[in-house]
Amino acid sequence: MIDLLIKASYFAAAVLFILGLKRMSSPVTARGGIVWAGAGMVLATLITFLTPDMGNYGLMTVAIALGGIIAWWSGKRVAMTDMPQMIALYNGMGGGAAAAIACLELLHQAGHEVVNTEVHILAVIGALIGTIAFSGSLIAFAKLQGLMRGVIRFGGQQFFNLGVFVVTVGLGALIAASGDYSITMLSAFFVLALAFGVFMTVPIGGADMPVVISLYNALTGLAVGFEGFVLGNPAMMIAGTVVGAAGTLLTQLMARAMNRPITNVLFSNFGGGGSGDGGEVTGSMKSIEAQDVAVMMAFADKVVIVPGYGMAVAQAQHKIWELGQLLQNRGVTVKFAIHPVAGRMPGHMNVLLAEAGVPYDIIFDLDEINNEFASSDVSLVIGANDVVNPQARTNPESPIFGMPILDVDKSRNVIVIKRGQGKGFSGIENALFFEDNTRMLYGDGQKMAAELIAQVKELG
Amino acid sequence: MNEVVIQVTEQVAEMSGIAGFVALYIFMLAAFTGYEIIAKVPVILHTPLMSGSNFVHGIVLVGAMVAMGEASTTLELAIGFLGVFLAAGNAVGGYVVTERMLEMFKSSKKEGAK
Repeated sequence: MIDLLIKASYFAAAVLFILGLKRMSSPVTARGGIVWAGAGMVLATLITFLTPDMGNYGLMTVAIALGGIIAWWSGKRVAMTDMPQMIALYNGMGGGAAAAIACLELLHQAGHEVVNTEVHILAVIGALIGTIAFSGSLIAFAKLQGLMRGVIRFGGQQFFNLGVFVVTVGLGALIAASGDYSITMLSAFFVLALAFGVFMTVPIGGADMPVVISLYNALTGLAVGFEGFVLGNPAMMIAGTVVGAAGTLLTQLMARAMNRPITNVLFSNFGGGGSGDGGEVTGSMKSIEAQDVAVMMAFADKVVIVPGYGMAVAQAQHKIWELGQLLQNRGVTVKFAIHPVAGRMPGHMNVLLAEAGVPYDIIFDLDEINNEFASSDVSLVIGANDVVNPQARTNPESPIFGMPILDVDKSRNVIVIKRGQGKGFSGIENALFFEDNTRMLYGDGQKMAAELIAQVKELG
Repeated sequence: MNEVVIQVTEQVAEMSGIAGFVALYIFMLAAFTGYEIIAKVPVILHTPLMSGSNFVHGIVLVGAMVAMGEASTTLELAIGFLGVFLAAGNAVGGYVVTERMLEMFKSSKKEGAK
């Protein structure tokens, strides 16, 4: 009877997860989606306490409370701009949990004859993937959180990584082949997998982190799915596999937006400086004062605002929207243009603009807005860099050549708000800054936006 | 007697074979479902959806609980505890973060409707 109840609850949870995710894929129903999925989670968790022949309830409750409270506290406290690394962190925790399950299964199995070969192999694969997702996500978190600066690269790194991977997989294959393995072998396997996750992530630069986090999200999903097959738990099987597939597609979408195959993201040197700056850029950067920008925008017909990660850092989204509203009140058409990989996650900018209250019918993505730049008077670029670099179109030498970009250089005037003259995140010189129709407004994004607001107001 | 045992063994073998294939079907259908859900999602929802899917694989908590519930030695218990702790963090953190993000979409919609 209890068995049936548990099975029915897991089934209901799986249905709720899928429906929840489905609802989350439309802006209108998204809010409800997470509540549905949440209900499924609570149901599945509570019903699991009824599983027959289980012990350690006390410690289990402590573990749930401890993990839950810490995550709740940190999740409530974190600023919107820091969301990507929190997702990386929570994702890493999930990967670690899947690895822990696999570890327990494999500990039981050690020294005994394998009864069900497929299940045993799945446990090993799940362990490998989960462990890599765990340590890799933690490194991604540390990088985005600023706990770990820069990228670590050395000669022959890719061969070294490949070597570590081959040894890890080889050891995994030995463990999977028979039940006749020692605890030492098992420990070595996990340590190597942990190390590989670290080695794989340290050379990847900040600009590529969204793709990497998405990849690890998919990997954790897969690991959870595989461990679901091992435990014979349908809720885990379905939820894990759904996330694995969805995450893989999302990773592909992101990599495609950057016009780089996923292998390139993981194994190339782009994204953290060090790469060549892709040819000469001629001309000079011309600066401008806020007052002139205010006049330019206030008397424009159409202004397109292009936010990037710099806006997130400066927390300027509220001020920018205030400026946008001021311009709207003066009869200026204001539009926001968002590059798929602006910020550190796809949709990162959308989230920030939504936080500031920008209605999403004036937010456009690359394909929708790109032919409008030619007809706009002013493009205001705030904190975006590579995604507006025309070298991606013109210079085959450039590391970002071929990446779809926002064609802001085609608008009549381009204003770039930037903190200083340095190169951006990726270390690639941006030809846009040297164009004749580009003016640089140096300063902190939020301060500059505030000044622009003041200046526009002064115009009456 | 022996015959019965053999018969039962055969039946079990047959069933586990079917179960293996059922598992494969589950895997395939779930994978297609995941693919379909993401395929039509607007860019605006990519981060919340990634966060939401991150929450959904928090279901690993259920497995971690079962695994911990069967733990007997201290080592097993420690690993099980770690697993449940991490899984609970994944589930709760994933929910809180996703909920906060989607909350903003709600308020922005109201403003847009004004």
